[in-house]
Amino acid sequence: MTLTISHLTVHHGAIRALNEVSFTLEKGELGAIIGANGAGKTTLLRTLSGLIKETHGSATWNAYNLLKGKPEHLVRCGISHVSEGKAVIPELTVAENLELGAMWRRNKKESFVSRREIIEIFPRLGERLSQRADTLSGGERQMLAIGRALMSKPELLLLDEPSLGLAPLVVEQIFQTIRDLTTSMGLTVVLVEQNAMGALKIADTGVVLNLGSVAISGSAPTLIADPMVRAAYLGY
Amino acid sequence: MFQLINTFLIGITAGSIYALMAMAIVLVWRSTRVINFAQAGMALLSTYFGYEAMVHMNSFWVALPVAMLGGALFAAIIELVFMRFLVKRSSSGPIASVAPIIATLGLLGVIRAVTASIWGSQDVRIVGPVSNFGYTLGSEVLVFSPLKLLILLTVVLLVLLLTILFQKTNIGLALRASAFSPEIARLSGVRVDLVRTLGWALAGSAGAVAGMFQTVNGNGTFSPDSIEFSLLLVSGFIAAVIGGLESLVGAVIGGLVLGLVISFVLMYVSSSLFFIAPFLVLLIVLFIRPQGIVGVKAARRA
Repeated sequence: MTLTISHLTVHHGAIRALNEVSFTLEKGELGAIIGANGAGKTTLLRTLSGLIKETHGSATWNAYNLLKGKPEHLVRCGISHVSEGKAVIPELTVAENLELGAMWRRNKKESFVSRREIIEIFPRLGERLSQRADTLSGGERQMLAIGRALMSKPELLLLDEPSLGLAPLVVEQIFQTIRDLTTSMGLTVVLVEQNAMGALKIADTGVVLNLGSVAISGSAPTLIADPMVRAAYLGY
Repeated sequence: MFQLINTFLIGITAGSIYALMAMAIVLVWRSTRVINFAQAGMALLSTYFGYEAMVHMNSFWVALPVAMLGGALFAAIIELVFMRFLVKRSSSGPIASVAPIIATLGLLGVIRAVTASIWGSQDVRIVGPVSNFGYTLGSEVLVFSPLKLLILLTVVLLVLLLTILFQKTNIGLALRASAFSPEIARLSGVRVDLVRTLGWALAGSAGAVAGMFQTVNGNGTFSPDSIEFSLLLVSGFIAAVIGGLESLVGAVIGGLVLGLVISFVLMYVSSSLFFIAPFLVLLIVLFIRPQGIVGVKAARRA
C-alpha cells in the first residue's frame, strides 16, 4: 500500500505547473506538501484525482492508476479528495452533504453507521444536521468537508489547504483532528498546505514544492530542522 | 364574486401548464447551465408523439405517457449527442457560455421544420380525456371544466412526484449536488454526465406534459406553427425567470403568478393586453426583484 508518484509533469496551457515531481508515501503516513502560492500544490492534488490531465509521468495508489481514472471513480477506489476552500455544497443541509459522501455505496444502513462515526468525531455537525451548510462557520464547514470525505470510508485522503481562511485556534484544532484521524483510522493522508509549520508539525514526511519542482523532501522533523526550509518557508 | 372565482380558476389552470414548462427550463438550466430555447420545440415534437399514440390507441391516458417517454428520450439524445459535445467544444473564449444557448435557438428551428415535414403544417387534433365544457353553478356556466380540474390535479401530482424525487431520493441528491457544485459531486462519486442527461430527460418529459395539456386546454388542435407553442415558450421562460431560474419551487410559483396575472388582466383590464401582459409581468418583477421571487442574490459563488 503505497502512493507512488514519479516524474509527474503537468502543463496549464504553455505554463509548466508541475515539473518531474516524484515522491512516495507509505500506508498510514501523513505527508505534507508545502510551498508558496503557485508552487503547484493544488495542481498536484487535482492531477491525482483526475480533474487535470498530466503531460507525462505516473501516479499509482496500490494497483490503481490515479491518472487513468475519472474523478467520479476515485471514491470507489478508496480515495477521497477534499478540494480547496471548504468544499461543501452551501445549498444542501449538513446531513445531505454528509450523505453525498456515502451515496455511491447505495446502502443507507451503512451510510448511517458512518454518519454516526463522523458525528462522534465532529459533534458540532451533529447539532446542525438539518441546517444548510451556508449557515455554518468556516471551521464547521471545513469539518463538514472532511466529514463528507470520510463518509466514503477512504484509505487515502487528499486534503487541499484545510487551514485556508480559518482563525489560528480553529486551524490548530483541524490539524490536530487530521493527525488523530490518520492514526486512529489508519488513513494515508496527502495534506497540501501553505501553512508550512502547522502542516509539518503533524506530518510524518514532507515535500517542499517550488515553482512546480520538488525542492526538498524528507521526514517532517528533518525538514523543520533544515536551515533552508526554515528560512524560506517557516519564517525564522 | 362568480366572475372572480372563474377568473381565478382559469388563471391557476393556465398557470399550472406554464409552471410545467418553467420547470423544464429550470431543470435544463440547473443541470447544464444552458437556457434551452428548443424546449418548446421539444414539447411540440413530444405532443406529436402523443398525437400518434392517440391515432393508434385512441386514449389520452396512453398518449400522455407516450409523449412523456418520447420527450424524455428525445431530450436525453439531444443532450448526449449534441449539447454535451457543443458545451465541451465551446468551453473557452468570449462567447463560451452563449454559444450553446444560441445553438438551442437553431435547434428550435430545425425541430419545427422537421415536424412540419413529417406531419405537415395543417392542424391536427388531440381529444382530451374529459369534457372541456364548464361546470354549471346554479344557472351560471363556469369556464372551469372537468378537463381543467384534471389538468390542475395532474400537474399538482407531477410537482409532488418531482419534489419527492428531488428531496427524498439519492437520485435527487445527485441532481441537486451536480447542479450546485459539479466538482464536489464528481469527487463524491456522482456520475455528473449521467445526471446531466437525466436532467434533460426530466425536462423533456415535463415539457411533453405541458405541450399535451396546452393543446387540449386550448381548442384541441395544434400544428408546428401553433400560437399555443410560442405562448408556451414565452410563458415558460417568463415564469422560470420570475421564479429565479434556479429553483423548481420558484418555477411553480412563477407559473401560477403569471397565469393568474394574465387571467385577471384579460378579465378586468382589457383582453387586448393578451400578448403584452406576460412581458409586463416579467419587466415589473425584474425591476423590483432582479433575482426573481424566490431567487437569492448572487451570494454564493464566493
